[in-house]
Amino acid sequence: MMATSYNAKDEDGRVTVCGPGGGPLLRGKKPENTALKQQRLAAWQPVLTAGTALPALFAVGLLFIPVGVGLFVTSNNIRELEIDYTGADASSPCFSCSQSFSWNSTRPCTCTVPFYLEQPYESNVYVYYGLSNFYQNHRRYVKSRDDGQLNGNEKSLTEPSKECEPYAYRDNEPIAPCGAIANSMFNDTLELFYNDPNGTKIQIPLNATGIAWWTDKHVKFGNPGGNDQNLSAAFQGTTRPVNWRRPVYELDSDRGNNGFVNEDFIVWMRTAALPTFRKLYRIIGKKDNVVPTLPRGNYTLEVVYNYPVRSFEGRKRVILSTISWMGGKNPFLGVAYIAVGAVCFFLGVVLLAMHHKCGNRNGDGDISN
Amino acid sequence: MARDTEDRAAGTHKAERRQRGRSKKKPKETRTVRVHTGHEHNPNRHYANNRIKTTKYTVLSFLPKNLFEQFHRFANVYFVFIALLNFVPVVNAFQPELALAPVVFILSVTAIKDLWEDYRRHRSDTEINHMDCLVYTERRYVERFWKEVQVGDFIRLRCNEILPADVLLLSSSDPDRLCHLETATLDGETNLKQRQVVRSFFDLDCEFDPLKFNGIIECEKPNNDLNRFRGYILHRSGSRDALYKDNLLLRGCTVRNTEEAVGIVIYAGHETKAMLNNNGPRYKRSKLERQMNVHVFWCVVILLLMCLFAAIGHGLWVFQYGDKRPVFDVLSPEGAELSPVVAAVYLFLTLIIVFQVLIPISLFVSIEIVKVCQVFFIHQDQDLYDEDSDSRLQCRALNITEDLGQTQYVFSDKTGTLTENKMVFRRCTVAGVEYSHDANARRLALYQEVDSEEEEVPPPGGSLRRDSSSSQQSSRVVLRSLSTKTHRRTGSRADAKRASILSKHTAFSSPMEKDVTPDPQLLDKVNECGGQMDFMRFHGQPVSQLPSDLADIMDFFMALTVCNTVVVSSPNQPRQKVRMRLESKSPVKTIEDFIKRFTPSRLTSGSSSSSSSSLATSRSSNRGCSGLLSSPSAESTLAKLQEEQAALGSAPPRYDGTPRSPEDGELRYEAESPDEAALVYAARAYKCSLVGRLPDQVTVELPHLGKLSFELLHTLGFDSTRKRMSVVVRHPLTDQITVYTKGADSVIMDLIKPPDTETSKGRRQKKLVLRTQNYLNLYAADGLRTLCIAKKVLSKEQYACWLQRHLEAETAIQGREELLFDSALRLETNLQLLGATGIEDRLQDGVPETIASLRQAGLQIWVLTGDKQETAVNVAYACKLLDPEEEILTLNADSHEACALLLEESLHYIQTKFLCSSSDQAAKAFLPNFAPFEVYPPSSSSPHSAAFTVHRLGLVIDGRTLAYALDQSLEDRFLAVARSCRSVLCCRSTPLQKSTVVKLVRNKLKVMTLAIGDGANDVSMIQVADVGVGISGQEGMQAVMASDFALPRFRYLQKLLLVHGHWSYSRLANMILFFFYKNAMFVALVFWYQFYCGFSGSAMIDQWYLIFFNLMFSAFPQLVTGTLDKDVSAETLQQLPQLYMSGQNSEEYKPYMFWMNMIDAFYQSLVCFFIPYFAYADSDVDVFTWGTPITTLALLTILVHLGIETRTWTWMNCLSISFSVSLFFTVSLCYNASCPSCFSPSNPYWSMQRLLQDPLFYLLCVLTPVAALLPRYFYRACQGTLFPSPVQVGRQLDKLPSETRRNILNLGGVEAGSAVRPVPHFLSLGTPSPEGPDENHQRTEELEFLPLVSWNVFIHIPQPLLCISEMEFRVCVF
Repeated sequence: MMATSYNAKDEDGRVTVCGPGGGPLLRGKKPENTALKQQRLAAWQPVLTAGTALPALFAVGLLFIPVGVGLFVTSNNIRELEIDYTGADASSPCFSCSQSFSWNSTRPCTCTVPFYLEQPYESNVYVYYGLSNFYQNHRRYVKSRDDGQLNGNEKSLTEPSKECEPYAYRDNEPIAPCGAIANSMFNDTLELFYNDPNGTKIQIPLNATGIAWWTDKHVKFGNPGGNDQNLSAAFQGTTRPVNWRRPVYELDSDRGNNGFVNEDFIVWMRTAALPTFRKLYRIIGKKDNVVPTLPRGNYTLEVVYNYPVRSFEGRKRVILSTISWMGGKNPFLGVAYIAVGAVCFFLGVVLLAMHHKCGNRNGDGDISN
Repeated sequence: MARDTEDRAAGTHKAERRQRGRSKKKPKETRTVRVHTGHEHNPNRHYANNRIKTTKYTVLSFLPKNLFEQFHRFANVYFVFIALLNFVPVVNAFQPELALAPVVFILSVTAIKDLWEDYRRHRSDTEINHMDCLVYTERRYVERFWKEVQVGDFIRLRCNEILPADVLLLSSSDPDRLCHLETATLDGETNLKQRQVVRSFFDLDCEFDPLKFNGIIECEKPNNDLNRFRGYILHRSGSRDALYKDNLLLRGCTVRNTEEAVGIVIYAGHETKAMLNNNGPRYKRSKLERQMNVHVFWCVVILLLMCLFAAIGHGLWVFQYGDKRPVFDVLSPEGAELSPVVAAVYLFLTLIIVFQVLIPISLFVSIEIVKVCQVFFIHQDQDLYDEDSDSRLQCRALNITEDLGQTQYVFSDKTGTLTENKMVFRRCTVAGVEYSHDANARRLALYQEVDSEEEEVPPPGGSLRRDSSSSQQSSRVVLRSLSTKTHRRTGSRADAKRASILSKHTAFSSPMEKDVTPDPQLLDKVNECGGQMDFMRFHGQPVSQLPSDLADIMDFFMALTVCNTVVVSSPNQPRQKVRMRLESKSPVKTIEDFIKRFTPSRLTSGSSSSSSSSLATSRSSNRGCSGLLSSPSAESTLAKLQEEQAALGSAPPRYDGTPRSPEDGELRYEAESPDEAALVYAARAYKCSLVGRLPDQVTVELPHLGKLSFELLHTLGFDSTRKRMSVVVRHPLTDQITVYTKGADSVIMDLIKPPDTETSKGRRQKKLVLRTQNYLNLYAADGLRTLCIAKKVLSKEQYACWLQRHLEAETAIQGREELLFDSALRLETNLQLLGATGIEDRLQDGVPETIASLRQAGLQIWVLTGDKQETAVNVAYACKLLDPEEEILTLNADSHEACALLLEESLHYIQTKFLCSSSDQAAKAFLPNFAPFEVYPPSSSSPHSAAFTVHRLGLVIDGRTLAYALDQSLEDRFLAVARSCRSVLCCRSTPLQKSTVVKLVRNKLKVMTLAIGDGANDVSMIQVADVGVGISGQEGMQAVMASDFALPRFRYLQKLLLVHGHWSYSRLANMILFFFYKNAMFVALVFWYQFYCGFSGSAMIDQWYLIFFNLMFSAFPQLVTGTLDKDVSAETLQQLPQLYMSGQNSEEYKPYMFWMNMIDAFYQSLVCFFIPYFAYADSDVDVFTWGTPITTLALLTILVHLGIETRTWTWMNCLSISFSVSLFFTVSLCYNASCPSCFSPSNPYWSMQRLLQDPLFYLLCVLTPVAALLPRYFYRACQGTLFPSPVQVGRQLDKLPSETRRNILNLGGVEAGSAVRPVPHFLSLGTPSPEGPDENHQRTEELEFLPLVSWNVFIHIPQPLLCISEMEFRVCVF
């Protein structure tokens, strides 16, 4: 390519000498000689053959299997206990509560579920409630909220957005919080008691704060007129959702956890991705390093059974779990890593065989080496 | 495609309607033009003025008109429909405004592109509109812009000026009242055309005064027929003057050879014939796009199926709950419950919106962007730039670049396309003696050499080196060649400045043709002969005593010089006719004239040409070739003769030109056909130069004898049926009436007087004929165009007798053509053969190589030419289209039946000969597998669908037979014959036949066709073919205007097809497949989610991501890959033309590939969905915090997928991929931090930020793409090893060190041209590898031997896949 550019120059020179009055030639339309325009950019041209594909496969295999093992072990170290208290079958302690239920019943039904903890839970224990078959991700359900209202916007408080329909107004009064998500908020109350071997029932303190995203509680959600106001005044002129028994400003006695910034409410409002889900309910904080958070032994779960799930074949669970750096107990990721790594390794071996048998003659340029 | 044609049809309909509308307003069928001289109101103002406007839009009309046009595209309507569907509350899926965004984006991108194109048109319009011309106003000629010219204006034209409008010629400075025109821009013919001043202004001797013009012109309405113009001038006196096409100068032509001309504008602006012929660019749908549209349709089907499935699922889901509505099944806003069926119907519509991404909205835009980029790169290729003409390739059609990579049949014009259209005198034979002109051949070889050297290495002192390398004899030639070369170059530079409607300065005057190095032997003889004749003349001996061989030589050169219609012009005044009138005589027009002239008393002694003739000048339009045209009526001529005779009396000889000094001594010859010019130049090399030509005499300068003037008695012009031309002259030395005839050898040989074997002279004559015939055959074998030269001496009585009947024929009313033909035949009999010439129509550089390599690439090459069969066959041999080893089937039939019979016989012949003999060879059993040559589907409609492999067989068919063969009843048989031949040559075909052939092949064989040509006669063929290529070099613009691509030289076709076509095709094919994959994969994610959200149409992916994923996040890398990816390097593609077949067989884009990609897409989306699904199963994750990682995973997977498919990684690829990833994260981080209470329903505040703190997210990002792409990666690796496609093998070849590669390719080059070897050969080639390759102790050379062998095999057999896998097999067994 250098040659051609010289060429042009030389020719120009020659022509000016030979042709009087010719002048230097204009090569007006000659394309520019750049690597990009001539499509000669420096390039790496990988050719996928058995030989070239091998190293990557082995590398992936060697990388994934240890990672997978690590993940698997981590996951197995997590303690987790699940207690189903739906009361679906007659033997269940909550059977009677689950039978005699409607959203509007005023008489609270309580049931007690005993369980035994075989291993002590050393670190912080997270108490979740779990629902199955509950389609919080239904398209119309997900939409049915007013983020402006939840953010404390006064205007949205009195005029909920159209998205909340048909849960926007009740008797011409705006509903706060509006929408189907809020309306269907989980309202069982769960309490946990440790049955001391000496017979006493010790209530385990459950921490109700710190369960929602920090940004949710402090940025996304807010009460009208600020969190420190008199909430009942702030919510003046609104009404509670149809299924609720209390208005939103009576969700909690703690002012910082009341109204729209009530963390149970915030957690509920974060609609679950899948029909079987759990939501963080309480945290049992670790007291000190000597005593485990939950020692092994007998426990009782006392449930104020309000939330109906039988109509849609749902299940209700309580989950006690410790967590690790990668979240709750889930062996899947570790297994997946090991499996993919193994498959890669296996395919690598297949390719190696192929390469050994037939790949050499392909003339990859490494023949002469 | 169909829609396009409809569009076009609609367009023409519209135009017709417009015209009809106009004609309705003015029911008159003619146009009346009144004079407009400036001061008064223009009476013709209702006609279009000369301003041209080719833009489609105005500022106001742009938006509505452009939108309207865009909505012609179905996809756009679809997307707008979907966006509007979002405004319906019950079904809406996204925020309606947001959903409009992509459609608006797409529409605006296209609109901006259209706007830009329109602006470019506007600029070129303005440039043309503001060119200058002289218009008569206020009693003088004033410079005006073209756009100000109006119908009825008088225009003065100067030499070399371009005509601004269609002008009726009223006056010319030419004494013959002619105006010479170069019409190259219109019809591509470079020879000069003569236009005549309107009859009644003929005798105007003083300058034409527009004010005195008082007629009214009536003519036909504007139409696009270049060869028709009819009308009349109605003079105030009431007399009418007919107007013909010879009076009309067309817009865009250039005035040549005429100092000044004046005319009146008849048609202006858009009503000129040139503009009416300009149909603008065409819109074609490429084959790939047609295939793609099928798959778009399939995508629609998949979409509907998915929607239907989900809708039914939703119905059932609702149904299962019965009356007990769960809390999450939200009532409609009105609080009403939806029945399952209604819910399902609503959901169906919702899902169409959600899944709309499956129909790739950005696909169309991306394709257009990529095509524009491809066009840009093709434009920029230096290899397609021709330095001589300073022109580069032009892509006129923006949207069929990939068709270049799929072409199967090439239809080529011959003259000007394969050849230079420059005739070069090569050799001749005179009186049975061959003069080989070796020096001339060497000189021509030198030209080629110099040309090629110039392109490569600069000579460090070019002229010196060349002098030394050339023979001493040709030093003068070389010097001259240098200067003329310079001249030509500067000329072309000047051209480059002009607008494209300007044409070239020179026609047939390259130094190659002009400078003929004479054969020394022949030159001596000519000199001797001239000397003797001079001596004889001096001594008063009759010249007939000259030895017969010398006389023959003299006559031979006389014939070369005289027997033509060449116009002479001098170089100092370009294209000015040289007028050298030694004496004035008109051609014999009447018998009285003849008698007058030839009565003995009036006969001069005949010794000198300067005899004072009493006959005087008569101006005649009847020059040169127009001998067969009607002449002015006899009586008027006579009257004029007598008159002028009285006036002039015996005038002394006049010399218009001063004697020329040898330095400036080059006259230019302008001929109607380049052959003529070549012969005249050749004669000049022997000092027999033509110095002047007038209608009635030809002046020739001879060695020793000086200038001689031949009285031109008659010219019988060339026509294609006679295939010869003759002139009747009175020889100034012998005073005999001599007929010189020149014509095709086949014709002349039949007209030779049968020699009388009794006499020695007769025997000599017989020997002469035999020998000449012998040499003629030799010439033909060399690919030269042969012409025979013959003469005949007539006695005065014979001539008188012939003349009488000829004049009768000329004046006959009925059957004049036949009578004239007979008359010519009577004259041209019993000729005496003088000799023959061999002229080379020089092939363009690199034509044989290009043809060979295109053929290797699996392209079938047909040459369709208007030339005669002999020439065409010769050239076909020369350019290696036909091979001497090949058998040639020649089809010449006189009737339909004969043609049918011939075709049947040929078919039978082919079947018996090739099919049977092939069965002998075991190898041919493989034939069905050797698909490459069988590019057409076997299920073709042809009745003879036996195995149509291409044999070593050539087909030559002439126009007449072609006409029969193209008949509906025979076309199938014709195709069956033609497609089994390796090359097809159609001679003497008309433009219409050319296009019919192309259409037939295209439609019947269902193949991709490419037509290449340079002249106006190729236009129809270029338009019919899938890809039309125009040669923009020598000839005019007509072909270029009609073409999709314009090339400066034929040989560039090789790179255009093999490299750019291949790249464009493979890039686009891969990009389209990738698009389908990408969208399907992305949409399927949402589809899987429907199983977990009660088929409610919910999407876990934020709607912003869903909408902008295609448009922003994943758009750039594939555009870069689609533009820059090179599967194989340009060098390898050119050196291994076989790789082109992958495009012909659509190997990069096959239906199964679409489905494979779809399956892969579904697999990958399953992985991308279910790994996060299980990873987050039964956790507290919310919808969009779960959806965001899925989006990220999908993006990463798609990008890595693209990475696997990318063959060439440049910094652009890396940049675009990292840009995509960072764009996604940046956008989502900003988006997720921007507003805590907006973007309902996802309200993703801080999601991304939290995700980035979650180790699980990173673990997923590593695992998922690997798991998703593992199968594809593994498949590609296996494919690359076990059954690499030829393209992959080519790619591996690219990776070899350049030295090794060159060796392999050279080996391939040697073998490539040879026959397709059957498999046993391959085996024998394969066996030399003695041991298996795993023997590591083998020496390096031996190891290197293996790839060489396999390459050899690959090149041998055009189905590399087969043999390599075969090879593989064998090696594996070892």
